[in-house]
Amino acid sequence: MTQVWVEGGRVVPVTVIRVIPARVLRKKSVETDGYEALQVAVGSVQPSKLTKPVLGQFTSRGVEPAREIMEFKLEELSGYSVGDEISAGAIESGDRVDVLGVSKGHGFSGGMKRHNFKGQGGGHGNHKKHRAPGSIGACATPARVFKGTRMAGRYGGTRTAVLNLEVVRSEPERQLILVKGAVPGPRGAKVIIRDTVKGGK
Amino acid sequence: MKPTDMLDAESLKADVPEFAPGDTVKVHVRVLEGERERIQVFQGAVIARNGSGLQETFTVRKVSFGVGVERIFPVHSPLISRIEPIMRGDVRRAKLYYLRGRVGKAAKIKEKR
Repeated sequence: MTQVWVEGGRVVPVTVIRVIPARVLRKKSVETDGYEALQVAVGSVQPSKLTKPVLGQFTSRGVEPAREIMEFKLEELSGYSVGDEISAGAIESGDRVDVLGVSKGHGFSGGMKRHNFKGQGGGHGNHKKHRAPGSIGACATPARVFKGTRMAGRYGGTRTAVLNLEVVRSEPERQLILVKGAVPGPRGAKVIIRDTVKGGK
Repeated sequence: MKPTDMLDAESLKADVPEFAPGDTVKVHVRVLEGERERIQVFQGAVIARNGSGLQETFTVRKVSFGVGVERIFPVHSPLISRIEPIMRGDVRRAKLYYLRGRVGKAAKIKEKR
């Protein structure tokens, strides 16, 4: 993350996202596939790295082989045809977007880090229980721990969406998109940008 | 070297003068009043510089009508039209927060010669 100055001399924290242009690979339709979706090819790869069935997906449609194939269910597919390129120009400054990605993995984490538990005090006779979660239930009633009780466990590394982020700047020449605030994942992680589902504005 | 450096480079100011904690500076701040824009000068002692690169800020302290006033400015803010160093201060530390508890002669910074 970094920061940029906007009108009025205000400073805005932004995440810089480099856009890898996507090429439309295939339009799935109700007749052939049972549902409508858009398949896009992202990135580039040596054809020899792909298996023949996967490579055939590209060569049969005349699309450059890609490292990854992604599929999106869109409301309207008529604006796209096979071979079209979708790049940073599709998003303009001021738009509202959602950013999806895999959050940073924290491994097996305790309640304090994972669920923001308070932990326990450092003094007053507390012994080796400073980061313990405390009580996880009552005694004879209910005589069990409720399902879903927050405890230690694997934290992070899950698909996460940050909704309704403002696009501070879109630079199609450099294929950069600057969104206000943080996005899931470590630096250099892959994220997906989509129009916000929250309605925007 | 961070990946965002090339983006930051556009916002970095080239004409930032050299100044350090202890120095007295005049900061020329652009103030927008409706449509009109004017320059307001804030003069005081630099008591801290924090951060680095585009994020760097400095704190200026002055005593106005007996009340201590501190303003934190981003070094590269477009709202600052000019930073004018007036006097070099002879100080031994990077953060002069001890000045906050002092008044009068005790709060004076000696000039560096």
